[in-house]
Amino acid sequence: MDITYTILIPLIPLAVFLLLGIFNKSIKPAVSGYIGVAGLSTSAALSFYTAYQYFFVHGKVDGVYKAIVEKTVWMNFTETLHIDIGVLIDPISIMMLIVVSIVSLMVHIYSRGYMKGDEGYTRFFSYLSLFSFSMYGLVLATNLFQIYIFWELVGVSSFLLIGYYYTKPSAVSAAKKAFIVTRFADLGFLVGILIIGYYTGTFDFETLNNPEGSAILNWASTSFMGLSVITWALLLMFIGGAGKSAMFPLHIWLPDAMEGPTPVSALIHAATMVVAGVYLVARLFPMFYFVEDGFALEVVAYVGAFSSLFAAIIAITQTDIKRVLAFSTMSQIGYMMLALGVSKYEGHDGLGYMASMFHLFTHAMFKALLFLGAGSVIHAVHSNYLKDMGGLRKYMPITNITFLIAALAIAGFPLTSGFFSKDEILVAAFENNKLLYFSGVLVAGLTAFYMFRLYFGIFWGKDTQYKHAPHESPISMTFPLMVLALISLFGGFIPFSKYVSADRVGFDVHLNYPLAAVAVSVGLIGIALAWIFYKKENDLASRFANSLGVFYKWTYDKFYLDEIYIFVTKNIIFNRIAAPIAWFDKKVVDATMEGIGNQTAVVSEKIKGMQSGKVQDYAFSFVAGIVILAIVFIYLWTN
Amino acid sequence: MIAGISIYEILTVTSILFFIGVYGFITRKNLISILMSVELILNASVINFVVINKYLYPDMLQGVFFSIFIIAVAAAETALAIAIIINLYRQIASVEVKDTEIMKY
Amino acid sequence: MERIIFYILALIIIFFAIASVSSKKMLRSVVYLLFVLCGISGLYFLIDYNFLAAIQLTVYAGGVIVLLIFSVMLVHHIEMELELAKVSKRILIAVASLLGLGVFLTTIYSYEFIVVENSITTTTEDIGFGLLSYEAGGFILPFEVISILLLASMIGAIIIAKGTKITNKNNDSL
Repeated sequence: MDITYTILIPLIPLAVFLLLGIFNKSIKPAVSGYIGVAGLSTSAALSFYTAYQYFFVHGKVDGVYKAIVEKTVWMNFTETLHIDIGVLIDPISIMMLIVVSIVSLMVHIYSRGYMKGDEGYTRFFSYLSLFSFSMYGLVLATNLFQIYIFWELVGVSSFLLIGYYYTKPSAVSAAKKAFIVTRFADLGFLVGILIIGYYTGTFDFETLNNPEGSAILNWASTSFMGLSVITWALLLMFIGGAGKSAMFPLHIWLPDAMEGPTPVSALIHAATMVVAGVYLVARLFPMFYFVEDGFALEVVAYVGAFSSLFAAIIAITQTDIKRVLAFSTMSQIGYMMLALGVSKYEGHDGLGYMASMFHLFTHAMFKALLFLGAGSVIHAVHSNYLKDMGGLRKYMPITNITFLIAALAIAGFPLTSGFFSKDEILVAAFENNKLLYFSGVLVAGLTAFYMFRLYFGIFWGKDTQYKHAPHESPISMTFPLMVLALISLFGGFIPFSKYVSADRVGFDVHLNYPLAAVAVSVGLIGIALAWIFYKKENDLASRFANSLGVFYKWTYDKFYLDEIYIFVTKNIIFNRIAAPIAWFDKKVVDATMEGIGNQTAVVSEKIKGMQSGKVQDYAFSFVAGIVILAIVFIYLWTN
Repeated sequence: MIAGISIYEILTVTSILFFIGVYGFITRKNLISILMSVELILNASVINFVVINKYLYPDMLQGVFFSIFIIAVAAAETALAIAIIINLYRQIASVEVKDTEIMKY
Repeated sequence: MERIIFYILALIIIFFAIASVSSKKMLRSVVYLLFVLCGISGLYFLIDYNFLAAIQLTVYAGGVIVLLIFSVMLVHHIEMELELAKVSKRILIAVASLLGLGVFLTTIYSYEFIVVENSITTTTEDIGFGLLSYEAGGFILPFEVISILLLASMIGAIIIAKGTKITNKNNDSL
């Protein structure tokens, strides 16, 4: 199967980015919207074609979905250690291609309506294209270094898009925060890559992931502080992944990132970029699994589970609808991490891996839908806060129904897409680790509760009097909502396990009815509670909140994690470490250099009179010097 | 060859001429005078070329050629220097050395 | 006879050279320089380099001196007295020059020149052939280079001396 044409998938958005970026001022906004959508449609069509070719025509060889690699050496360090650029096609990269294509295309279409009349319309589309390019590149990367390059590129595009409203101080600081936190995490990623490169001598995914390869068999035994070096490298890389995927405690940037335009939140901070961490772990899954009996994988599972629970609790109390969704995203990504963490490698034991990817897929759809629906609401109400909303179902029927579908999907309502993926995650967790299973069930209940709190708060609840009557959004915005709603509703029937699995063979899954019943009933309890609290305007919720007292306050303030970071950086790092170093730098290093400079200046001030500017003075010195030299060398130095 | 005159005597004359030029170059306060002193120095060296050619290697002409080149270069140099001096005079209305020490310090 | 002529020429050269560098009047100083150059030309005649003597007369006496006189006329009043250096400085430089002269002369006199007795007369033809010869030892290339240099310096001199019309411009801008 010839896959060279797949390089066009990232290159087309890049071309669009350059086109829109360079001719920013001279392209009419309407035209730039069409260019963006057209470019992305082409990429999406190519992605679907590739997926069809791979899954149904060429991909399966002897019952295994072999990875197809097309690459060229970019930089050569040693015989084996070189940085390649190329495309890698295998089930998960195809799956990600589809996710990115669908969501990005929908967001492009949606943005044409949402951003209408905005001053930086063309700039917005060029950034979106840049992001699509980077994300495609990340997905198709053949080796660690390539993925790292695109990893940083998506970081940059995320930074640019969060800070899109650059006149707003809060947006600027949110952009900086996102960039610094993820960059800080990427340091771990980079160190991990370098360790891998140093010990195994290769960056190539296929070589690294080979279960019989030297990376897993030989180097895993080189140990450092009780763990093998490869485990250290994997943990460091997971720090990078956790930074991008907003895992505790590196999640603090994600809620603030909601300062960006809502389509951006849907595309980058819900569906695609934030799952890059999950994708990274999945990409290196054989290494995570085989090195030291999966110690690193266990860490992944616990971090995922904790983040999931932590974020779900915070999400309950938030009043900014985009923040609720942001914490919900964090929680769901924690779910995926958990699923990866409890997965095994072969056959049906690899259920967690497959469930994680499945959930990544379905979550991308319904979370993008939720964000786009929230964007539609914000577009109509001009506020992000629940208190300004209520009773919107009368004004915005399409948004209402699509939002409801998404909420049902995320709550795991039977036969929606979220139901299948979540069920498989819980089955995988149940089979491997009961503690993680219970935390997963708890999160499922919390998720249902806060999602329906949001839903009832926006579309039901009190009948807010609006200054301008809100109206349904234009077709360019509702069309993506409907498409995504369809996928959220029926996406669960895709036989995912046939195509995506850890060992790439594929297997059959069957619903585990008892576990499914538990999950569904927990979800229904959550929905019911939300119904009681928020369906009609009443004071049950606030009374309940008051009875929780301090705990409610803590949750509302996100457990003061931001404040802890500020304390650590400002009081400890700045004052105790940075300030003395700065003092040393200023008073000792700089002072020495400046002293030398000053002394030179003083001395030159004293002797500058010798430079009279008169040619004859110089000539005199010259002649006198020659005479003296002549005397010395002809008469005095004659031996 | 000048009958009865040794090379030493001629070289003495040119040395004296050379140092007169050096003295003038350093003491004079006027750009044109300095230029004239340079001419003196150049002429002293030209005579040396010619005389050494004549006294030591009479069957060759290199000294003469060099003299011709030096004279040509000196003429060019004088023309340029005078152009510069006149231009300078237009700008600052002076050809005194003391007025042209902008480049000090 | 030649001996006497040489001494006279030497005296003329040295006397007028000293006069030239110490005269307070600019124009006189230039005229003294003319005498020095003529004396040097006489010296060339004396050692039988007639062509060189002719060049010395035409280029120096005819060209350079005229140029100098013109520039003096342009930038000086004829009667203007030149400012001289301070006496102490003059003495200092004179001593330094004498010292240098001493070094030169002792060096010259301590060296044995291998003088070849001869009375060859160099004709202009010889010089012409030598200058335009392109065989080994020929001077055609330096000759051409010098021609280019002269051309360049001529153009440069014209450009520099022409200057810009400062006054007109200033008037316009005012």
